[in-house]
Amino acid sequence: MYASQTTYHRAGSVSEAVRLLSENEGAKILAGGHSLIPLMKLRLSSPEALVDIGRIESLKGITGKDGAVCIGALATHAEIASSDVVSERVPLLAEAAGKVGDPAVRNRGTIGGNVSHADPSSDLPTVLTALDASYCVTGPGGERTIAAADFATGLLETALGENEVLTCVCVPSEPSGSGSAYVKFSHPASRYAVLGAAAVLTADGGRCSSASVAIGGVEPMAARSASAEAALAGSDLSDGALDAAAAAVCGDFGDNVLEDIFASSEYRKAMGPVYVRRALCEARARMG
Amino acid sequence: MKVPVEMTINGRSYCGEVEPRQLLVHFIREEAGLTGTKVGCDTSQCGSCTVRLDGIGVKSCTALTVQADGSSITTIEGLSDGVELHPLQEAFWNKHGLQCGFCTPGMILAAAELLRTNPSPTRDEIRHGLEGNICRCTGYQNIVLAVEEAAGKMGGS
Ligand SMILES: Cc1cc2nc3c(=O)[nH]c(=O)nc-3n(C[C@H](O)[C@H](O)[C@H](O)COP(=O)(O)OP(=O)(O)OC[C@H]3O[C@@H](n4cnc5c(N)ncnc54)[C@H](O)[C@@H]3O)c2cc1C
Ligand code: FES
Ligand code: FES
Repeated sequence: MYASQTTYHRAGSVSEAVRLLSENEGAKILAGGHSLIPLMKLRLSSPEALVDIGRIESLKGITGKDGAVCIGALATHAEIASSDVVSERVPLLAEAAGKVGDPAVRNRGTIGGNVSHADPSSDLPTVLTALDASYCVTGPGGERTIAAADFATGLLETALGENEVLTCVCVPSEPSGSGSAYVKFSHPASRYAVLGAAAVLTADGGRCSSASVAIGGVEPMAARSASAEAALAGSDLSDGALDAAAAAVCGDFGDNVLEDIFASSEYRKAMGPVYVRRALCEARARMG
Repeated sequence: MKVPVEMTINGRSYCGEVEPRQLLVHFIREEAGLTGTKVGCDTSQCGSCTVRLDGIGVKSCTALTVQADGSSITTIEGLSDGVELHPLQEAFWNKHGLQCGFCTPGMILAAAELLRTNPSPTRDEIRHGLEGNICRCTGYQNIVLAVEEAAGKMGGS
């Protein structure tokens, strides 16, 4: 399968990438290429120009900051999954990155590309939404920050403006003593998630003091489940409490539940609470 | 508009002018003439196009040649010195880890990637490490045994 003709521009810095995007009408950013190249082969995407950001040094690397981890947009899934600072402070993200695709996909795919592609079933947006991450972006107008929950605006659509580059993902550390888990229902061939659920639980004196629950692959973008979180708050985190919280997620699904050849919308709605429950049980087991 | 590229494949330098849309696997097979690397699915799922790019296992049907400009690549043809088989090649032979052989170059490069990150994998870890590679005839069991044998020979336990 051959992609359409295109032109190629390699950016040496973020400012050069922004300039190249502004100068080339119909240009698209190329990072690891593991979402864009498949789309180009299918001609679902035919960018007139490619701006390759893959060699920009300032977009690489993972650093611990005060109570958070800052992950350069070009950090690969493999780098994130094997990073000590990520495993110590945000184990939920390390777990999800380690479950993306297969080893070769994890060696090329980047966090910036994964969230910018805004596939509703992608693993990272789901956990980053659960973790209240924020994204730093740079464009012709300067820098700004977008919350993970506000970043995807629809199926494969984001709040990124024209000519903006996502530079860094900032993730607050999980609270001490909390437990977290990400479980996914993988497509058997591609390992892509059909749907996935993330949970972070914290308890104080035997009662749940904070709960974060996010689900991806059911609606056009990953979202928190306010109903499940409300059901968990103050509960004793018993099996019954987790059952009730998992059942509550259905109340948050709107009319726009996804459907494709792999899973009907009824099936996704049925599997949503099942996977949320599994994530909650696993997160509870990891608390302490 | 064509773009000049140069890269080292199996220790030999190659240069050319390529269309930006050209996939790395096509450069390797058609420009460098190294047809050991296969195109199975062309949709990033089967792993038969796996090569080592700057030391890391990647699917060459899901990279553009221009992205690999200046890189060093190893394909199945360059895994051994041309005299002795690489321990993985030898183990696939010993353990009957192939039938038609179509998936084998990618399978061996993916196995090499696994042993790079985990020199002593358990059988379960071998199965997970080869998750991105599909074989349509051998049935995986002998492939797992071959990787296990090679790991032992290469210094893992
Ligand atoms: C076989 C296979 C299996 C996969 N399985 C999974 C899976 O299980 N779970 C999962 O979550 N994902 C999966 N993926 C997708 C994978 O994670 C992609 O690598 C990732 O979604 C895209 O990252 P990339 O660096 O390759 O981005 P690219 O493909 O280079 O870019 C993707 C999109 O984001 C834009 N973009 C890239 N970087 C930036 C940036 N810094 N700023 C602004 N825009 C940017 C591009 O213009 C493009 O539109 C799979 C992919 C394949 C091929
Ligand atoms: S041909 Fe590249 S993964 Fe199948
Ligand atoms: S040996 Fe024939 S596909 Fe694997």
